[in-house]
Amino acid sequence: MRTVRVPMSRDTAESLKLGEVISITGTVITGRDEMHMRAIEYTDEGKPVPKEINNSVLYHCGPIMVREGDKWKVIAAGPTTSARMNKLEPEIIRRFSIRAIIGKGGMSQEVLDAMKEVGCVYLAATGGTAVSLAEGLSRVTGVEWEDLGMAEAMWKFSAENLGPLIVAMDAHGNSLYEDVRKNLVRD
Amino acid sequence: MATMIKLPETIEDTVVNLLRLANTKLPVDIGWALESAAMWERNPIAYSQMGAIMDNVKKAEVLGRPMCQDTGIPIFYVRGRFDSTIAGDIERGVARATREIPMRPNTVDPITRKNPGNNLGKGMPIIHYIPTDDDFTEITVVLKGAGSENMTHLAMLNPADGVEGIEKFVVDTVLDAGGRPCPPGIVGVGIGGTSDECVAMAKRALLRKLDEENPDPELQKMEEELFIKLNSSGLGPMGLGGDTTVLAVKINTAYCHTASLPVAVNIGCWATRRASVRITDGGVEYAQGVTL
Repeated sequence: MRTVRVPMSRDTAESLKLGEVISITGTVITGRDEMHMRAIEYTDEGKPVPKEINNSVLYHCGPIMVREGDKWKVIAAGPTTSARMNKLEPEIIRRFSIRAIIGKGGMSQEVLDAMKEVGCVYLAATGGTAVSLAEGLSRVTGVEWEDLGMAEAMWKFSAENLGPLIVAMDAHGNSLYEDVRKNLVRD
Repeated sequence: MATMIKLPETIEDTVVNLLRLANTKLPVDIGWALESAAMWERNPIAYSQMGAIMDNVKKAEVLGRPMCQDTGIPIFYVRGRFDSTIAGDIERGVARATREIPMRPNTVDPITRKNPGNNLGKGMPIIHYIPTDDDFTEITVVLKGAGSENMTHLAMLNPADGVEGIEKFVVDTVLDAGGRPCPPGIVGVGIGGTSDECVAMAKRALLRKLDEENPDPELQKMEEELFIKLNSSGLGPMGLGGDTTVLAVKINTAYCHTASLPVAVNIGCWATRRASVRITDGGVEYAQGVTL
């Protein structure tokens, strides 16, 4: 299993092959519906947003976190359904040059187009494997926008071998989900 | 499987234990279904997904952590003898379990999206009551995450659509959902009743043990047919392709209006977390699958 380090260059993102299994080491941020909406709203209004969003590896995840003293500990951190962010993601990818999205279930053609334009990949984490995935996120480096609540806040991690992750949508307009969908047998 | 625990355990304690059991231990019948499906799986990506799932299930149980970060909305079914104070016991149990297990605070106001942080709020948790003359109180919980719950569909079909129409609706609903509800899971189907009862029946179907046959042979046949159709579709675990799209199809029916044919589909993800407890004068007995 190839380990990909963050920050990830555009070249690295473009070198990842459909179906390849990788793990991620380096900064990973989480973001779901509310984080996407706020990032767009704030930049529209000229307000600052956390700098980590730029060129980030963005994990569609609302983890379970507990506070121990002055530190945060991750309990469970599997992927959420990425398709909920279909409408917002193309704008986020373009505005912040997102390098990789980690999620489950895949995303729309509009997202795939934006990914190709910017040089971004979609990495499928196995849905529901929250305890295993939390092992790769044991170093919590901070939280932004905590007022959005535990699930919707932007959590920051220093990931170590976060995975296994499958390159399910590449930076060249190919999608495993689309391949499967085209060949579905319905009768 | 069942373990007897002597009272005194308050109902609030029992609810906390029930939620802990549901969150941290996958029902044995679902574990078996995953293991046996993996033996037949030919697609290497699909096989790796199922391996990752089983690995995670074991870790969650050993560490006593919720197997999925989406600890869902708990839906309770109370059966047997009980009085109105049980609602308060369940509410307190949910709030305590949220802190102690912990569960993710998931409930929000639908308009303001404000989160009270304790998985309560107007209308929460959801409790269904089934009073009987039995000498026990049975509490069952199923935890529904949003990934699978958001894929729920109700169709008010025409009677002329018949069995063919029912099966087409079920197949289309599951396949159009793709990887979003975390397949391979359980497909709960309600047929008949009224619109509201139909959706409730579909959800109740998720509580049944996977290895138990439907008591109605016609429905058992339909469950098997749909199981084969869905697993021949190629959708696979997480929608990434493969032979394993569903672990079971479970159907509940009720009589309906002569001019109606309601059909509802409620999908349970692979982590359909369910648990039951029976409280009698002698003690408390836990299990993980019931027929309601």
